[in-house]
Amino acid sequence: MAKTKYTKYKMKLDKGFVGACGGEIIHQMLMDQGVDVMFGFPGGALIPLFDVLYDSPIKLVITRHEQGAIHMAEGYARATGKTGVAIATSGPGATNLVTGLANAYLDSTPIVAITGQVRSNLIGNDAFQEADMTGISRPITKHNFLVGSVDDLGRIFAEAFHIASTGRPGPVLIDVPVDITVNKLARAADLTMRIPGYKPSLSGHIRQIQSAAKVINASARPLLYVGGGVIHSEATAELRAVQEKGQLPATTTLMGLGALDESNPLALQMVGMHGSATANYATQECDCLIAVGARFDDRVTGNLDTFAPDATVVHIDIDPTSISKVVKADVPVVGDAKGILAQMVEFIEPTDRTEWLEKIADWKKRYPLGYEPGGKYIKPQSVVEKLGELTDHDAIIATGVGQHQMWTAQFYGFRKPRQIITSGGLGTMGFGVPSAIGAQFACPDATVIDIDGDGSFSMTMGEIVTAVHHELPVKFIVMDNEYLGMVRQWQEMFFDKRYSGTVHPCPDFVKVVEGFGAKGIRVEDPAKLTDALKELLDYNDGPAVLIVAVDPEENVYPMVPAGKSLHEMELGRLA
Amino acid sequence: MKHVITALVQNQPGVLAHISGMFAARGFNIDSLVVGRTEDSELSRMTIVVVGDDTVLEQVRKQLGKVIPVVKVRDFTNTENVQRDLLLIRVHAPSEKRPAVVDLVNLFRGRVADVARSSVVVELTGTEDKIEAFIDLVRPYGIRELARTGVIAMQRGGRK
Ligand SMILES: Cc1ncc(C[n+]2csc(CCOP(=O)(O)OP(=O)(O)O)c2C)c(N)n1
Ligand SMILES: [Mg+2]
Repeated sequence: MAKTKYTKYKMKLDKGFVGACGGEIIHQMLMDQGVDVMFGFPGGALIPLFDVLYDSPIKLVITRHEQGAIHMAEGYARATGKTGVAIATSGPGATNLVTGLANAYLDSTPIVAITGQVRSNLIGNDAFQEADMTGISRPITKHNFLVGSVDDLGRIFAEAFHIASTGRPGPVLIDVPVDITVNKLARAADLTMRIPGYKPSLSGHIRQIQSAAKVINASARPLLYVGGGVIHSEATAELRAVQEKGQLPATTTLMGLGALDESNPLALQMVGMHGSATANYATQECDCLIAVGARFDDRVTGNLDTFAPDATVVHIDIDPTSISKVVKADVPVVGDAKGILAQMVEFIEPTDRTEWLEKIADWKKRYPLGYEPGGKYIKPQSVVEKLGELTDHDAIIATGVGQHQMWTAQFYGFRKPRQIITSGGLGTMGFGVPSAIGAQFACPDATVIDIDGDGSFSMTMGEIVTAVHHELPVKFIVMDNEYLGMVRQWQEMFFDKRYSGTVHPCPDFVKVVEGFGAKGIRVEDPAKLTDALKELLDYNDGPAVLIVAVDPEENVYPMVPAGKSLHEMELGRLA
Repeated sequence: MKHVITALVQNQPGVLAHISGMFAARGFNIDSLVVGRTEDSELSRMTIVVVGDDTVLEQVRKQLGKVIPVVKVRDFTNTENVQRDLLLIRVHAPSEKRPAVVDLVNLFRGRVADVARSSVVVELTGTEDKIEAFIDLVRPYGIRELARTGVIAMQRGGRK
């Protein structure tokens, strides 16, 4: 029946939407964009639009909280590369999206967020549930719109999806006053986009590409430094071709994980504050640093004054503002990594760099990522390591933020792009649960696992109810150290173990999630870990949660203390 | 160092807030910001005087370009250009001092726009340097009120 009704809209909407109400136009635009699922929460300003969506083939997932909705949209977008759609009502519904918008902005995730707004004639009057969403969201969106008339609605939606998904992707917010969702269009809509100032530069300048290749070929100690841009650009194959042909060692940022196959000897794993010693030493000693889709975040560079002191910097990025913002680029190449790398590989020459590669191999041998096994507690690192084996390094992994996130980055062994969904730029605790659910909506047949911390999990675990409702087999592993562990680690190392505010007593999570309707498992004995993980992985009748009581005072190493240089990292047990 | 930058922007609600917000959030130091219409009714021109070194200026240009309603950014540094600022100033000028003040106004090719018993309102256009020189010279008479538009600029020669 839904189908018939939709066809009716379609017929009505074919002629420039004349006679259609705003809600129907929005719906048609979403259909045209290929939106199959959207995440949101209702409210007064959305009632007319929700009325249209009632008959829609688009799945409308109602969450427990609007933050959950936008993080689900992010998880969906990160897993697929498609634009995620979130929808929230005016005022508190809309402000609940703010964290997700900021998160998507910093991690360049394509999102269209639709917010209801009070009636046009009430805007500016402090009306009930009015919040100035275009004002609030301006610094944390790629762009935003307040719709002024039903005449503009179709065009604005076309522009929003275009802006969100092209160039450096990002969140776009459309604030729609409720009267506009009801108003009917009198004359045919003009959907022609009017954004003359938006021209993302896609193809790199060939001379710059050649110069880059020349610098790389001439270098004795090159290092690729790969960021999330390579994932967004779908440039993994091109990157790996350059890496292979030039025999270039490579490291990734947190956001770039999966761009490299970490089983490849040329992959040095993650760089930065909790990066591998090899990646950090290689960064400091390289004579040519080739940044691709990365932005020299302070969590990567450590002390800037001493960062990669000998390196000639090649910087490939689609966002010109990222280039020479933090570190001056000697050879800037603005454009889409995929095309640029595909062109560059032609000019890359295989070069003998035995000495450099041997040095790297030696670091790898001396300073592998590792941990002290044994003891009465389960080691959190062993959970991630074991999970990597059991899932063949092939699952989609979401995370919260904290120590567990870093252990996930260090020990899972990522192999392919879009495999890790984590909050990199904003570091949003609570991202794991909803983003994993969003990813499972996007990839119903994939194994999707959220590796979470007890603190992060507590923030958004209510969304498990959403997964129960939709019978999604999402899996959650909670590293329960009863601490806000990452902050506690800083307190241990730099504040005399004064654990101010970081002791985090937890409820009986198994009971909680069983109350939600999910399966709950708990494991404390290291000898039973593998069985518990298998039980989790084998359960597919809905969401399942494995609570792992882990060593509460385990620390993440290596660690570059704030303000120190990368080579001054604390190595933990390897020191 | 001061730099003059112009941005052609689409006339849309919120553009000014967007740009001034971006400047504030990124810690760019604005000396003046002028918005006005252009020959195209859909576009306005913002003229911004920014203080900063070359690296800052490069970021300013790029960040402006990234704002979606910004259609074109131009940097007037190292170009042949015309720059004008408009000053309105109310100077204390009782009848015995008025001739001296008016002399200065004439020397600067300004105009007395209004006369009251003990003061005059002067209008003056010119480069920032000229305007500032004038202000310095009338300061001893007593400045009651001062308003400036901020700089607008245009390239010399036939090019747009
Ligand atoms: C929303 C939010 N609030 C606060 C922080 C600061 N913070 C970063 S990590 C962390 C502790 C996280 O604890 P948990 O989720 O239990 O992970 P663990 O470090 O113990 O593995 C905190 C409080 C944050 N990143 N996000
Ligand atoms: Mg914890």
